[in-house]
Amino acid sequence: MSTIHKSPWLLHYDGSSCNGCDIEVLACTTPVYDVERFGVINTGNPMHADIFLITGGINSQNADVVKQIYEQMPQPKVVIAVGTCACTGGIFKECYNIKGGADTVIPVDIYVPGCAARPESIIDGVVKGVALFKEKAAALAASERK
Amino acid sequence: MAVSTRMIIAGCYILLAPIIIGLLDGFDRKISARMQGRKGPSVLQPFYDLKKLFEKEFLTANKTQLFMIRSYLALMILSGIIFFAGFDILLVVFAISTAAMFLILASTATHSPFSSQGTHRELVQMMSCEPMELLVAVGFYLAAGTFNVSDIIAKSSVANIIYLPGFFVGFVFILTIKFRKSPFDISTSHHAHQEVVKGVTAEMVGKEYAMVTLAEWYESAILYGIIGLFFLNNNPLSLIGAIVAALVVWFLEIVIDNTSARVKWQLMLKLAWGVTIIAAGMNLFLLEIIRANS
Repeated sequence: MSTIHKSPWLLHYDGSSCNGCDIEVLACTTPVYDVERFGVINTGNPMHADIFLITGGINSQNADVVKQIYEQMPQPKVVIAVGTCACTGGIFKECYNIKGGADTVIPVDIYVPGCAARPESIIDGVVKGVALFKEKAAALAASERK
Repeated sequence: MAVSTRMIIAGCYILLAPIIIGLLDGFDRKISARMQGRKGPSVLQPFYDLKKLFEKEFLTANKTQLFMIRSYLALMILSGIIFFAGFDILLVVFAISTAAMFLILASTATHSPFSSQGTHRELVQMMSCEPMELLVAVGFYLAAGTFNVSDIIAKSSVANIIYLPGFFVGFVFILTIKFRKSPFDISTSHHAHQEVVKGVTAEMVGKEYAMVTLAEWYESAILYGIIGLFFLNNNPLSLIGAIVAALVVWFLEIVIDNTSARVKWQLMLKLAWGVTIIAAGMNLFLLEIIRANS
């Protein structure tokens, strides 16, 4: 039986967010919300991460950084865009330096809308991400067996 | 000690050490969470983490790294076998240092700035811990007249902590550093600290990181074993005392971890050497006086 979904380690990257969503992401690790009960660890290292959590839109300067972080993460991996800016570009969408949401540079699996996204909806997104992480791990294991 | 007994104990060490230390780690995370007013993960969480790391895709910048990490794990298991089968404690200390050297080589195999910074911190950490580890071996020699672990137990009619209280205090002090609990900015601290990302393990992916974790569990088993050795004597019942002492030290480390969250490595170096010189140094001095008079 695979227990891979019981240990999803999370990497948080702040694109061009106003820090509203970042505060809410950090709130998830505090005693009130405590995401560690799902086995989530907030790691600072893409090479140890399973879930890539992006807040804020993508601009010309951080597009390459986001791509590189995504490529450094080993398979299976899940990407979650947190907040309206990471989903679509939000109120910054029309700015000259903004490319749009996180999906303009890397494939996004789960979208968590909200300005700022509430901790409850972020946890909901992470739990959905964990389920998808399990599916992806099973698919990867099946393709390796072939 | 008979060869067959030594082999059985060594076999038990190889099989049981990761299970026992993994469980202690799980309870550690649960108790720490409760101390911080959180619910905390399942007690089996360390095993889930380890299993997941083995299942992840393996990426590496330099294949030498994998060889170095395998050597680290193998040497750490070997050190444990030397200790638990009752051979020379001085050899155990040297074998652990040799294993640590392979960890350093593994982290410098890739040229990541986080790895290099972590390696520097790891070296500072070794510098602050190693004197005390060596002195503990010397202390046991002065108290029992032998470096041989099985003879230390067989020849002592009372627990050696009576002769070595200073060494015990010094050793418990450096355990906080050895278990990677406090300070928070050492090379690969337990905690989600972002300054050096994950230090020596920053470039280790999937199974490499899993093997490092496993080696750390084997190392912790040896360190708890040394704690136990302070309380063991030729009475078999002293084993209960040794286990209780190891559990008390384990709990003490959790308390220290949760109450000294902002200690940095500069303070670690000063304090570790200060405690080593004062506690172990004074103890050594007194033991020598006693020996000279008797």
